[in-house]
Amino acid sequence: MAVHAQLMMVMALDKCIGCHTCSVTCKQTWTNRDGAEYMWWNNVETRPGTGYPRRWEDQERWQGGWTLDRGGRLALRAGGRVKKLVTIFGNLDMPVIDDYYEPWTYDYEHLVTAPAQAAPPTVTPRSQLTGRPIDLRWGPNWDDDLAGGLQPDDPALGELEAEMVRRYEQVFMFYLPRICNHCLNPSCVASCPSGALYKRAEDGVVLVDQDKCRGWRFCVSGCPYKKVYFNHLTGKAEKCVFCYPVTEDGRPTVCSQTCVGRIRAIGVVLYDLDAVTEAAQTARPEDLVEAMRGLLLDPHDPQVAAAAERDGVPHEWLAAARRSPAYALAKDLRVALPLHPEYRTLPMVWYVPPLSPALDALTAAGYDADDPDEVFPTLDDLRIPRRYVANVLSAGDLAPVDESMRRLLAMRVMMRRRRIGQAGGRAGAEGGLSHADADRLFRLLALAPYDERYVVPRSRREQAGVRDPGRGAPPPEAGT
Amino acid sequence: MSDRKREVAGASGDGRAGEASRLLLAARRYAGGEQTDDGRVIVREHDGACEEFYRERWRHDGEVRSTHGVNCTGSCSWMVAVRDGLIAWETQATDYPETAPDMPDEEPRGCPRGATFSWYTYQPGRVRYPYVRGELLRRWREARRTHDDPVDAWASIVDDPAQREAYVAARGHGGFMRASWDEALELTAAAHVHTIERWGPDRVAGVSPIPAMSPVSYTSGSRYVALTGGVQNSFYDWYADLPPASPQVFGDQTDVPESADWWHSAYLVIWGSNIPVTRTPDAHFMVEARYAGQKVVVVSPDYAEHVKFADDWLPVRAGMDGALAMAMGHVVFREFYVDRQVPFFTRYAKTYTDMPFLVALREHEGAYTPDRFLTAHDLGEAVEAAEWKTVVFDAVTGAPAVPNGSLGHRWSPSGEGHWNLDLGEIDPALTLLDVGGEPVEVLLPRFDTSEPGVLRRGVPALRLGGRLVTTVHDLLLAQYGVARPGLPGEWPAGYDDAAQPYTPAWQEPLTGIPAAVAARVAREFARNAELTEGRSTVVMGSGINHWFHADATYRSIMTLLLACGCIGRNGGGWAHYVGQEKVRPLTGWATLAAALDWGRPARQNCGTEWYYLATDQWRYEVFGADHLASPLARGLLRGKAPIDALAQAQRLGWQITYPTFDRNPLDLAAEAEAADMSPGDYVVDELRGGRLRFSVEDPDDPSNFPRLLFVWRANLLGSSAKGHEYFLRHLMGSDVSGVLADETPPEQRPREVVWRPEAPEGKLDLLVTADFRMTSTGNFADVVLPAATWYEKNDLSCTDLHPFVHSFNAAIDPPWEARSDWDAFRDLAAVFSRLAARRLGVRRDLVATALAHDTPAECSQPFGEVLDWRTGAVDAVPGRTMPALTVVERDFGAVHDKLTSLGPLVETLGVGAKGVAWKPAEEVAWLGRANGLAEGGAGDGRPSLARAEQVAETILALSGATNGRLAHEGFTTLERRVGRPLADLAEGERDARIRWSDVQARPHKTLTSPEWSGNEAGDRQYSAFTINVERLKPWHTLTGRMHLFLDHQWLAELGEQLPVWRPPLNTPENYPGMGEWAADGLALRYLTPHSKWSIHTDYQENPMMLTLFRGGTVVWLSPEDAATLGVADNDWVEVWNRNGALDCRAVVSPRMPKGVCYIYHGKDRHVAMPPTEATGKQGGTHNSLTRVLLKPTHMLGGYAQFSYAINYYGCTGSQRDEVVVVRRRTEQKVTY
Repeated sequence: MAVHAQLMMVMALDKCIGCHTCSVTCKQTWTNRDGAEYMWWNNVETRPGTGYPRRWEDQERWQGGWTLDRGGRLALRAGGRVKKLVTIFGNLDMPVIDDYYEPWTYDYEHLVTAPAQAAPPTVTPRSQLTGRPIDLRWGPNWDDDLAGGLQPDDPALGELEAEMVRRYEQVFMFYLPRICNHCLNPSCVASCPSGALYKRAEDGVVLVDQDKCRGWRFCVSGCPYKKVYFNHLTGKAEKCVFCYPVTEDGRPTVCSQTCVGRIRAIGVVLYDLDAVTEAAQTARPEDLVEAMRGLLLDPHDPQVAAAAERDGVPHEWLAAARRSPAYALAKDLRVALPLHPEYRTLPMVWYVPPLSPALDALTAAGYDADDPDEVFPTLDDLRIPRRYVANVLSAGDLAPVDESMRRLLAMRVMMRRRRIGQAGGRAGAEGGLSHADADRLFRLLALAPYDERYVVPRSRREQAGVRDPGRGAPPPEAGT
Repeated sequence: MSDRKREVAGASGDGRAGEASRLLLAARRYAGGEQTDDGRVIVREHDGACEEFYRERWRHDGEVRSTHGVNCTGSCSWMVAVRDGLIAWETQATDYPETAPDMPDEEPRGCPRGATFSWYTYQPGRVRYPYVRGELLRRWREARRTHDDPVDAWASIVDDPAQREAYVAARGHGGFMRASWDEALELTAAAHVHTIERWGPDRVAGVSPIPAMSPVSYTSGSRYVALTGGVQNSFYDWYADLPPASPQVFGDQTDVPESADWWHSAYLVIWGSNIPVTRTPDAHFMVEARYAGQKVVVVSPDYAEHVKFADDWLPVRAGMDGALAMAMGHVVFREFYVDRQVPFFTRYAKTYTDMPFLVALREHEGAYTPDRFLTAHDLGEAVEAAEWKTVVFDAVTGAPAVPNGSLGHRWSPSGEGHWNLDLGEIDPALTLLDVGGEPVEVLLPRFDTSEPGVLRRGVPALRLGGRLVTTVHDLLLAQYGVARPGLPGEWPAGYDDAAQPYTPAWQEPLTGIPAAVAARVAREFARNAELTEGRSTVVMGSGINHWFHADATYRSIMTLLLACGCIGRNGGGWAHYVGQEKVRPLTGWATLAAALDWGRPARQNCGTEWYYLATDQWRYEVFGADHLASPLARGLLRGKAPIDALAQAQRLGWQITYPTFDRNPLDLAAEAEAADMSPGDYVVDELRGGRLRFSVEDPDDPSNFPRLLFVWRANLLGSSAKGHEYFLRHLMGSDVSGVLADETPPEQRPREVVWRPEAPEGKLDLLVTADFRMTSTGNFADVVLPAATWYEKNDLSCTDLHPFVHSFNAAIDPPWEARSDWDAFRDLAAVFSRLAARRLGVRRDLVATALAHDTPAECSQPFGEVLDWRTGAVDAVPGRTMPALTVVERDFGAVHDKLTSLGPLVETLGVGAKGVAWKPAEEVAWLGRANGLAEGGAGDGRPSLARAEQVAETILALSGATNGRLAHEGFTTLERRVGRPLADLAEGERDARIRWSDVQARPHKTLTSPEWSGNEAGDRQYSAFTINVERLKPWHTLTGRMHLFLDHQWLAELGEQLPVWRPPLNTPENYPGMGEWAADGLALRYLTPHSKWSIHTDYQENPMMLTLFRGGTVVWLSPEDAATLGVADNDWVEVWNRNGALDCRAVVSPRMPKGVCYIYHGKDRHVAMPPTEATGKQGGTHNSLTRVLLKPTHMLGGYAQFSYAINYYGCTGSQRDEVVVVRRRTEQKVTY
């Protein structure tokens, strides 16, 4: 056993209001600069939708992530050494700028400097790549709120659900914010010929070493989430850094700090590095969710704690792991699920699936019209097709999605009963949720204040030998 | 593996996967890596330096707290990161005071729009210097060479038609030239002095909205304008954000719960308010309350963002909301009042609503119609203010009774101690059915048929004081069609009777909502309120409030809340969020903003009415004021054009518009003095003699033009200008205007207002704006002053959505030549004073004002009768039957001194709000020490207001919400009138003070104050009217209760005495020619919901927002309509109607219902707006397709809660009853 600590994020999609504040503050902080204009380390996608870059989930096309070979062993989907050598100067799996979008700006100064002219000054779009006027046809969030949604180009969408989303009466949507998943088994790292990508031992953050990157871009194609980008000015790959300069200070990432929907939680999880491969090689994709849950170690288990201490996990990190909201939501309470576990990268950003209005608003299916005290729809009444959610969050397996949604609904019913002081409520509505678990889930999803949503221990920079260059050397350690 | 200096490289797999990456392994080894113990994972030494790139990117020197002054109910606190003296980015503050331990906190507050604001600091289009359009500046420079006095120089330009025409015609056409501050201010001040001298001070108006978003900045210009005798235009009604139903029902402008109070609601209906988009930082309270067992019902025509959170989505047809609400009312009254009585509801209705009050019936064609409230006067009781004391029927004594708490107890000396809702021994009968009422047939108007019709229903009635009377409750049951045995008339047979209003089946074909669903939601709503004692909430907003008949819709929803005991409850009530209207430190702001510390009254004008006249939209009407009349009307509006109604409302003192008279009010005052007459007598004499006229009666007479307009903190032309194209043509005189409408045909023209054959174009002599960005307002202005951004000044901020006051602080000094609003107007005041001292000196100014709400003047015109002195129905008595007339002395040379010091009227006359006053002498002395004293001039020895921080400190010190001593004093005063304990509400916070330095450090929760109606002490969330409910303090209405019945005669004319369904205006019918227009397109309902990507027009040009959605103006279409038009997603389309046109891209989405199109509100023409094919001119704004329509019932005055106050009672600028034609653009390639 080799216990490692990982910063894990959980996003409650049920809470996401689709405001994109996370995207904006991330961009303001990290990528509003030359060469990075098109990069949105954090983006929010309306689902069903095409995504950014377009159809990123279509691994037939992009060949990202891992697959199992005939022997049941992990293999990069993009292929092995020969293929890499052959394609190193012409990678066909590489998204091009149009798959993202051509970034643009406007000739703002015109508003002030326009000479006397016939029409009132109005600014017009210019490509940030060429400086020339641009005819806008695509952007990083072009299909927000099902805009243009007649033909959703969504690989996770089955024909039945596609038909639904075309009809006003049955339409549904939810939002999917995405950052780098800082995977336990990152295919971007494995894809890099230069060894420029690495996963930090102390917190599991996956980074691109800007000095070592040679711009081969196999990380870009190798990441099935398309969350590594290429800076066309520096010629280096860049990606979400999990705001390590911020989290090292014990604070949440910028996207979390600024999440006004309060959908995000960050916590430490402990995992056994030695068990990663086996989990990633789980034969049936449907079993990957449980395999991943199995990887997350119980921080209250004395054996785990001892192993963690042995393996150098700092005391505060172990304490943080015990308070981890991510661990609670993903493992204990079983409501959070990983994004596309079938990519086998073992992502460390998980999601609580969204509920939604009753399916048929016009006939109010599922309600007992005579009982005004029965106010909530049942799981079967929900408008959102669970099959679609399962395609996104559980490799197509309905069971984990159902379990999660049923728990959310059960919590609502139980809390309403408690609040109104009513005995009624649907029989069996608890869905296997104990009162204690309902209380924990309620606190995490509804109440959790800042320091319970974000339990981020500080990094031990002094142990990494870091010192402030302005203040000279640190004093020698006692006894040395 | 435990080495903390090492880093784990990702697994590359073993076996054949390992083979796949052996090349990579080699590369890593070369890079210094090594294999781990198990041979599967690669580690390597960490060199540290490679992580420096992003650490460096993150590094900044500090963070400064500020916020965004943007008319957004968010009012979020932000931390602005500064690096090397430059603003880098911003992130949300999280240090709000906690709500309560068992509920979610506020943090963080913010949204994507606010997160982009730092872009504005250094963006290339920023207004960095003062600009004047070249056509004007060249003339000014020339005139200054030949005139020593700048005022003469200005006169030489503006009074020369050719010169004036030249610079007016250049508006909107670019060509700005840089000017110095001195030059720009001198030009502006000279124009101001000249305007006052030649035309009068009330020809100058100031426009700045929503003080809560930055009260100091608001005050800068408004105080300047007020001290010069100018006019401040209202905004809340103009935006159609004012719900007129609120003053009608509650006698209050708007008072609503903070968003955290949603948490306490167990049943939340979201109706016309897309919370995730427009209340972004508050949405989580709703989302999280769902986990606490709250049910959420969303009523929305499109699958909008908030529908995602609904348990039920009711996809009501756009504009038909009132029909659903009426049917819900039918169910509530049937099941919870008639079939079964709920003790909590009944007790509530009797105590807090007008349901038990008696209404006299009027005979009409063999039956009866409701007339007005019965009063003690009708019973012949010889008591003080008998006309203002309403009556119930006491079930105990079997006789009429006059309970405490009506308006007759509010202002009369004998009412002291009796203005309360304590019913004592009285048990008012809700219905007369059980106390011997005789069945009587009543006639009620209905508007659901193609022509308005009449419902015949019945009520139990008694004869009292010679009149047949019934209760409001009985009338409600008749109106809602809730049958009871023994009453005459036609009634619905049941819920499934579709022929009779207002059953669930009746609403189904109108709304598209199945009857059973409407009934179920109504039942659940009421049942929840029964179980929780009123914790059912309706969140409502612009989606239903921006319609012409929004007041009818709102009243039908409020009826549900009143009937179910939800108002005045935490977790219950009406949660109307439209605009950042709540200035928590109200008194201090109102005092300084209107300069009431130096002179009273101020000129405050309903903006809608001012713009309607100034932009000549009244010349394009196609129906008269009586077009919407009830078939049971007396005919009081017959033959009147809307402007005729406005003229009468003005004449009777209900509303006021400026300029008021076709003569300079300085001259009027002087003439009265010369004639040795009182100003009132003189004006009445002149009016009667026909020598003087109200300006409203001839708006196109050059002597009645508004001449000078100041706009700051606002984008009047590009954002809020309903009838944008009319603004451009008539106010600005721009040839860019794309008005397509014909003028009103002769037979429909006004009768009491002069119609001049040629409509004037370019009424304004000068438009001055201060802004940091060049919007349409800047584009069309004559002078553009560079304003500080929100990260470059000091100010306050607050909102109704959260209970805090917090601050703007300058993260950097205003860059280039920008100045804060306070500094800009202070500097302008200095130049003005210098020029005016000589030209104007000290003058007397005759100020006309309307009969004001929350003053004894609201008891001016009893019974809501329309008695016109012009027809001899009453005497012309200023301040009673016509506007009040007051002479104010103006020392024009002292404007700067007064602007920068706190005047003496604060402690001599006192200050206050909503009829509660205090005399804060203690605070004035304290401010003298805190702020320091002004030296020399008119303000010598007074507390200084020279700097923005001093103004902020003064606002906080003079308001009860931020100064516990004043709150306590106010409650003490109030409890004498009410006669019940109130001062204890402020006892615990008596010593609490919120100072400027406090809010600089952290947002601070405000105090419970008589300025507001909720008790928010301790951990408690603010909810409106909890003090009224818990302390039996009356509402500011006629009965002192919440009103379901409204009895002003004009309300009866429109058939809106009771809650009623009024459909959207039939715009195609009202707009002749629309059918032909639609020949090559599709006529669609045109809605302008608020956008995810801007707050009004702020942020809309921000590249980040434009990148995140489609890069410019779009129109949302349903797939069905798009298919009919042959429009594909992202095609260019043309959208047009009689008001104007614009061309933009289409967004086709299945979330849109058929027959409706959306263009987001706040799309200004300065972003990617091409010429239209319809006009050949540049397309305009979202408001190019709208126009102002006046509803006569919004003009009421002089009668109880129907009395004027700025932003309280006045015409609203509705804009959702429009229809547009959409067609695919012939030429898909656009050029700009």
